[in-house]
Amino acid sequence: MLAEALFFSAVLFTIGVIGVLTRRNAIIIFMCVELMLNAVNLTFVAFSRAYGAAGQIFVFFAMTVAAAEAAVGLAIIIALFRHKQTVNLQHINILKG
Amino acid sequence: MQNTPLFYTFNFYLFGIIAIVAALCFVTRKSPVAAALWLVTTMFSLAAMYVMLDAQFIGAIQVLVYAGAIMVVFLFVIMLLNLGHASDITDIRNQKWRLIAAVVGVAMLAEIFVLTRSSSVPELTLPRDAAANAVIESGAVGAVATPLFTTYLLPFEITSVLLLAAIVGAVMIGKQRGLNAR
Repeated sequence: MLAEALFFSAVLFTIGVIGVLTRRNAIIIFMCVELMLNAVNLTFVAFSRAYGAAGQIFVFFAMTVAAAEAAVGLAIIIALFRHKQTVNLQHINILKG
Repeated sequence: MQNTPLFYTFNFYLFGIIAIVAALCFVTRKSPVAAALWLVTTMFSLAAMYVMLDAQFIGAIQVLVYAGAIMVVFLFVIMLLNLGHASDITDIRNQKWRLIAAVVGVAMLAEIFVLTRSSSVPELTLPRDAAANAVIESGAVGAVATPLFTTYLLPFEITSVLLLAAIVGAVMIGKQRGLNAR
């Protein structure tokens, strides 16, 4: 099952990357990042079956970090929305030279 | 367990294909709410795959934390900011970015397929039933909890500091900056 799990994980990660590159909605980009984290977690779980329980511990930590990241990131999105009244990244370009 | 049962293989592929189809639907939806619900479908399928890979505790945590908590926070923000309606046509980037995305996607898939074909290190590999036997021996939670609270105790404690910092940071960033608030 290791090869199959790695295959599904690779496809899910690539879908996440494509979503990050092609979308402009900040919330959807953020959700694509979560999808990439999930794909990596699947890799960890698949490897932990062959190489020991450390992979599952890593998934545990990755989920904790993802929860923290979601809280802070969504707070940043709310703060951005308060300034700009939009989450479309095309209109959030104050750092552009 | 060299020959995995056909039923097991079929279900593993089924949930994998559900996850990929839901992920494809997720990145192509215009409405953020529909996208979030498709992502929840992907996460549920991944939870099923975790259970089939002998990680029952991680599967339960996946449902509770990802599908339950994180996605609810996402939906909460979408509805708080009133972004539930499908946004305008500028949501998808232009041709140049789509080309970059295609190239990056093909390159990453090729790289990962090459990596998948490489052989694993036989000295490090556990016997095939090791993970299932560990769950039978110490329970689904015990198989994760024992290394978590012995070998990985320090990272576990540092995680609590990280969560505290995240809570304080989220409150400070998201705080309403009104006229009378300082």
